[in-house]
Amino acid sequence: MELNKEQIREIIAKRVAKELHEGDYVTLGIGLPTEVANYIPPSMHIMIQSENGVVGVGAKPSPDNIDPKITNAGGIPVTTKKGAAFFDSMTSFTMIRGGHIDATVLGALQVDQEGNIANWMVPGVLVPGMGGAMDLVVGAKKVIVAMEHMSKNNIKILKKCTLPLTAAHEVDLIITERCVLRVTEKGLLLEEINPLFSLEDITSTVEADLIIPPHLQTIAA
Amino acid sequence: MKKIISAADAGKLIKNGASIMIGGFLKCGTPTRIIEELLAAGTHDLTLIANDTSYPDSDRGRLISEKRIKKAIVAHIGTNPETGKQFHNGEIEVELVPMGTLVERIRAGGAGLGGVLTPTGIGTVVEKGKQSLEINGKKYLLEMPLKADIALIYATRADRFGNAYLEGSTRNFNTVMATAAQTVIVETDELVDECLDPNMVTIPGVFIDYIVA
Repeated sequence: MELNKEQIREIIAKRVAKELHEGDYVTLGIGLPTEVANYIPPSMHIMIQSENGVVGVGAKPSPDNIDPKITNAGGIPVTTKKGAAFFDSMTSFTMIRGGHIDATVLGALQVDQEGNIANWMVPGVLVPGMGGAMDLVVGAKKVIVAMEHMSKNNIKILKKCTLPLTAAHEVDLIITERCVLRVTEKGLLLEEINPLFSLEDITSTVEADLIIPPHLQTIAA
Repeated sequence: MKKIISAADAGKLIKNGASIMIGGFLKCGTPTRIIEELLAAGTHDLTLIANDTSYPDSDRGRLISEKRIKKAIVAHIGTNPETGKQFHNGEIEVELVPMGTLVERIRAGGAGLGGVLTPTGIGTVVEKGKQSLEINGKKYLLEMPLKADIALIYATRADRFGNAYLEGSTRNFNTVMATAAQTVIVETDELVDECLDPNMVTIPGVFIDYIVA
């Protein structure tokens, strides 16, 4: 089954949005995780926290409504919604590290069956820096990895990450366009599968030990 | 009353080889006019402490592009390919620090604390060369305080007492950096004649040495 990038991102972002609950404070990583905000039902009160100092990030501003003093962590101008607040980096990371953020959604280069995540560098190739990712993964109550199932033809869901870790034993849930995996003490539990893919499509593309329940749930659309 | 100086004079206060903290998260809340003057003054061999190295052609990022920085202590360099390039060529030293650790190290420097214990970085390369402690069954890294010779910070509005108000998401590292340098210079968009309403003060003037209006 071949999906294009856009379809893949939509499947993942839609599914991640289902993990969020009324009243949650959520920090979204840059890239695909940001798109999760597009699938939160308007009736649901979710406060998006941005590590640069905003909680209650709203919609994209119209061109005549841009304020360069209000941006997200990607440096892109944003608006605020009702109930929003601004604060400095001390307060931001007090929220993040101190366990006041209900969930964070981040991309990853690799994840493994121990809940380890690598998403900040490829030695000798890409060293952007960890930014706030290490604090987020350590501090958020729930860590959701939202990523494409494979990178080109490389397997990303491993027994043990080979790239430098962002944090050890912190991931709770892995959501890809093919499946939803929960990190448990016994390994990765295959909770849901996208009906566009076969079980073989999953097992052949994951190196980690999978726990496969007798009755597979299809991915919640 | 604090001394009001020009951006050019502020630039000249920074000597070759100095350590400087510069506020801002990418472009937002960055004191750009003083950086311009620092570039014009030709100052070099600086140690930069900041959230990020911005973009190659703007503010802090230009200090990198124009090779004024010998060491950068930052959380993120991904938006400025020039930093990565100089790092790989061995032209610049880069110490990457998790953002939350960076802010607390600066806070410790400004608040007279001997260090910070954080769980961030445990089990990663950030641990390398650092002492770790186990407290109530949980592991923490000991991270050391950061201070600088000069801090350049941004304000939306300031009064002559050095009290500063910062709007929107411009606060970021500015508030903490104001506490952790020998000399603190605030660059304000607006200098008010009277004084700020005490309820509206984001950074109390006690931390400020000079105002660039």
